[in-house]
Amino acid sequence: MPAYTLTVNGEPRRFEAAADTPLLWVLRDVLHLTGTKYGCGAGLCRACTIHLDGEASFSCQIPISAAEGRNITTIEGLSPDRSHPLQQAWIEEDVPQCGYCQPGQIMSAAALLARTPSPSDDDIDAAMRSNLCRCGTYNRIRSAIHRAAKMKQAGATAAAASGANAEETRHG
Amino acid sequence: MADPEFAAKSPLSRRSFLQVSGGLGVGLVVSFLLPACGREDAPGAGARRGAAAAANGEVNAWVRITPEGGVVLSIAKSEMGQGVLTSLAMLVAEELEVDWAKVRSEHALADTALYGKWSTGGSSSVRANFDAYRRAGATARELLVAAACERWGAPRSECRAENGEVLHPATDRRLAYAELAERAAALPPPAEPPLKARADYRVIGKDVRRLDTPAKVDGSAIFGLDVRVPGMLVAQVVRPPELGGAVDSFDASEALAVQGVRAVVEIPNGVAVVADGFWAAQSGRRKLAVVWKPGPHADLDNAGVRARCLAVVDDGIVARNDGDAEAAFAGAPQKLEAVYEFPYLAHATLEPMNCTARVDDERCELWVPTQSPTGAAEAAAKITGFDAEQIRVNTTLLGGGFGRRSAHDFVEDAVHLAKRMKAPVQVVYTREDDMKAGLYRPAGANVMRGAVDAEGWPLVWDQRIASPSIMRAKNWLSGMKDGIDMTAVEGVRNLPYAIPNLHVRWADLELPVSLHWWRSVGSSQNGWVTECFFDELCALGGKDPVEARMRLLAEHPRHRRALALAVEKAGYGQPLAEGHAHGVAVHESFGSIVAQIAEVSLAQDGAPRVHRVVCVVDCGEAIHPEGVRHQMESGITMGLSAALWGEVAIEKGHITTANFDAYPIARIDQMPRVESFVIAEGDPMGGIGEPGTPPIAGAIGNAILKLTGKPIRRLPIGRVERMA
Repeated sequence: MPAYTLTVNGEPRRFEAAADTPLLWVLRDVLHLTGTKYGCGAGLCRACTIHLDGEASFSCQIPISAAEGRNITTIEGLSPDRSHPLQQAWIEEDVPQCGYCQPGQIMSAAALLARTPSPSDDDIDAAMRSNLCRCGTYNRIRSAIHRAAKMKQAGATAAAASGANAEETRHG
Repeated sequence: MADPEFAAKSPLSRRSFLQVSGGLGVGLVVSFLLPACGREDAPGAGARRGAAAAANGEVNAWVRITPEGGVVLSIAKSEMGQGVLTSLAMLVAEELEVDWAKVRSEHALADTALYGKWSTGGSSSVRANFDAYRRAGATARELLVAAACERWGAPRSECRAENGEVLHPATDRRLAYAELAERAAALPPPAEPPLKARADYRVIGKDVRRLDTPAKVDGSAIFGLDVRVPGMLVAQVVRPPELGGAVDSFDASEALAVQGVRAVVEIPNGVAVVADGFWAAQSGRRKLAVVWKPGPHADLDNAGVRARCLAVVDDGIVARNDGDAEAAFAGAPQKLEAVYEFPYLAHATLEPMNCTARVDDERCELWVPTQSPTGAAEAAAKITGFDAEQIRVNTTLLGGGFGRRSAHDFVEDAVHLAKRMKAPVQVVYTREDDMKAGLYRPAGANVMRGAVDAEGWPLVWDQRIASPSIMRAKNWLSGMKDGIDMTAVEGVRNLPYAIPNLHVRWADLELPVSLHWWRSVGSSQNGWVTECFFDELCALGGKDPVEARMRLLAEHPRHRRALALAVEKAGYGQPLAEGHAHGVAVHESFGSIVAQIAEVSLAQDGAPRVHRVVCVVDCGEAIHPEGVRHQMESGITMGLSAALWGEVAIEKGHITTANFDAYPIARIDQMPRVESFVIAEGDPMGGIGEPGTPPIAGAIGNAILKLTGKPIRRLPIGRVERMA
C-alpha cells in the first residue's frame, strides 16, 4: 500500500493506506481520531466535516490520495482544552442532545466564523444547511454561533485594547 | 478493553480502569440487596459491588466519591440525547447533598442484580425511577453521615450532610465525603432513608448544565462506532436485498483478494465481510458476489401496502364504542368520509447501528450503543450459550435511539462474528444497510366517517384503522388487550373529545416488512389523524378549531390549560403575515399532554414552510425543565421531518430508500423557531422523550387546511396544491 504524509492537528503523520481510502477512515481507523464521525458515506450529512487547508470539507468524500501533504484539522485539534469560542458557546447554549453530529457542526461553524466573523442568519443557513442533526438542535446551533461570534469579537477587541495599551506604555 | 487511549477518553473510563487494574471481573460480589420494592426498575438502593469497589470510593452501586471529592454517578439508563445522564443524576445529587459542579455521570455496567432490568424506552426513565434514584442518593448520604458519626462518636441527630461534607455543628467539625467513602461502603445501608419534601428541592426543577455536553464538543465522547478494542476487526454484513429473501450461494474469492479483508462468513442475517478496518470491509464487500434466493413478495410496493390495509380495514376489532355511530351517521345533517394513510418510517439515527463483541471460551463482552443492555445480554446468551454472569455489556453513548436501538440485530451479528473469528469484531451498518435493513414504524390506513349536529358541533366519529401490529410481530403479549395492539390505537381509543357517537376499531394484517417502535409509536400517526380529522369536522360545522377543542375538552382541564397557554403565547387569532396560517393540535401520550400551534406558509412550488411552533407541555413534574424543552424541540423536528418528507419506499419487494437524499430530515434553514413552555404543577409525572413528536404533523396539516381549504390525508405531505 502506498505511504502518505499529512499534517493533522499540527503534527506530521505518516502511514500506509489504500489510495482510495476516504480521509474519514484514515482519521478514524488509522490515526484513531474518532471525533470525526461517519454518518452517510455519501457527502449527505456532513457528520464527517474537517478542515482541509482551512476549508470545511467532507472527509468521507476525499480519497487519501487527494489529501497527500495537506493540512487537516479535526475536532480534536480545534482547541486543546475546549477553549474555542464555539466550544464554549456550545456548552453555554446546551446545544448537543445525542451529540453525534456535533463535531461536524462545530467544524462547519468554525470555518464559517474564520471567514465571516459576524455571520447573519442567512450566512449561518448557507454554511450549515448541509450538516444534518436528527435531534433538532438547530436553533441552539444558531444561537451558539451568534454567541461565539460575539465572544470572538469581544476577545479581539480586548486583545487590540491591551495591545494598544502596551504600545502606549512603551512610548509613554 | 485494555487500550489505554480508549480508557483515558471514554466516559466508561472507570470500568476500563477497573478491568485493567484487575480484581473486578465479571461476577462482582453483591454484598447487600434490599428487599425488592415492587418495581422492575428499582432494586434496593443499598446494592453495591463489594470490597474492591468500596476501596475505589464506591459508596453504593450508584455513587462513587473520588479522592479529590468528585462525585461519579452510575446511571442504568441509556443516554441517547434525551438527557438521562443528567436528569437521573439530578435525582441522586438532590439527596446526596453535593455541589452539582463536582458531579459526573456515566453509564453503569449492565447488571440486573444491581440495577434491575435495563431497557430505555416508553418515555419512562425518570418517571419510573423517580423514587429509586433519589433513594440511591439518600442511602449513600446516610452511609456517609453514619461513617462520620462513627468517627466522631456523635449521634446521627447532631450531624448533617451539606455540599459534599458531613458537619457536626456542635463541635464545629467537618469531614469531606472523600474521607468517608470507604468506611461508608462497609456500613449497613439504612432500610428507609428519609427523602426530601418537594419544597426542599435544590437540584430538581433547576436548569443545571447537562453533564454530557463537554465531551460532545471536543470529539472525546465515545459512541459505539468509536470503540477501539485491541486486535479489533471491522465487519459489514450484506443482507438479502429483497423482503423475505435469503442467501443462496456466494463467491468470496475476489473479496478475499482485497488487502485487509480477513474473512467472508455467512451468518444468520447475511454474509459478512470481516476486515482490518471499515474501508477494507467496504472494498471487499463491493467485490463479493452473492446469489440470492428471491423473496415471495416481488409485487409489493407502497401502493400495494395501502391497498392491503384498505382491504382489511372493515375487519377490525372494536376498541371503543360510545353511542351509536352507525345510526347517528345515517341520520346526520352534515357528514364527511375520508381515508387517512401513513407510510413506513425509518429511525435514521445519525450514528448507524453497530456493536463490538469479544467472545472466548468463557466470556462474552459487548460494547454497544443500545437502549436495552439487558436485552443485548440475552441476545448474546442465546448465541453463546453462556450464563448471564459470563456476559458483560458496556453501554456506550448512543448517537440517537428513537426506539431503533432497543432491537438486537446488530448485537447478534457481532456476537456471531466474534465467535467465529475468535477476535473482537465491530459490526458496522453502512447508512444504506441501516435504512434498507431497518425496522420500521408501521404503515397503515384509516377510514374515517364523521358528522356534525344541527349546530355544527361534532356528533359522530367513526375511525377504522388497519395497520400491522408491532406487538404481535414482537410476540409482546402484554402490549395486546382483547386482541388489540394497544400501540395501534393509542390516542384514538382514548380520544379526549366529548363526541356522543364514537366508534373505533383496528385491524391487523401481516406484511413482510419488519416493524419496530419509533419515537411515540402509535401516537406518531394517530396524533396526526385525530387532530386533522377533528379540524375537518370543525370546517364542516363552521367552528373555530380552538373553540371546538375547548368545548369538547370540558372534562380534560389539563388539555384545556395547555391549549389555552399555547393560544396565548402563539397569538392565535391575531393577524399573521399574508399567506401564513396557524394550525393547532393537542395530543396526550406517555402521560404528558402537548399542545402545539404551527405557523405555516406555502412556497411557490407548494412546499410547506413551518415558520414557528409554540409548544406547551404539561408533564406534571419537570426534573430538568431545560431538558424538557430540549425534548420538545427534538420531538418537533423529528415529527416535522416525518410529516413533510418521511417515507420508506418499497419497490418490487425491495426497500429502496437508502440514504438521506431519499429520506430527508430537516435542515437548519427548514427549522421553525420553537418556543416551548413547561407546565409542571405537581400532576402525575409524564414522559418527555416522545410526547413532543405526535402533534406537529396535525398542527402543520391543520394550517395547510386553512391555507388551501384542502385537508392533508396522506403523509408525507410533500408539496401541496396552492389555492388558485
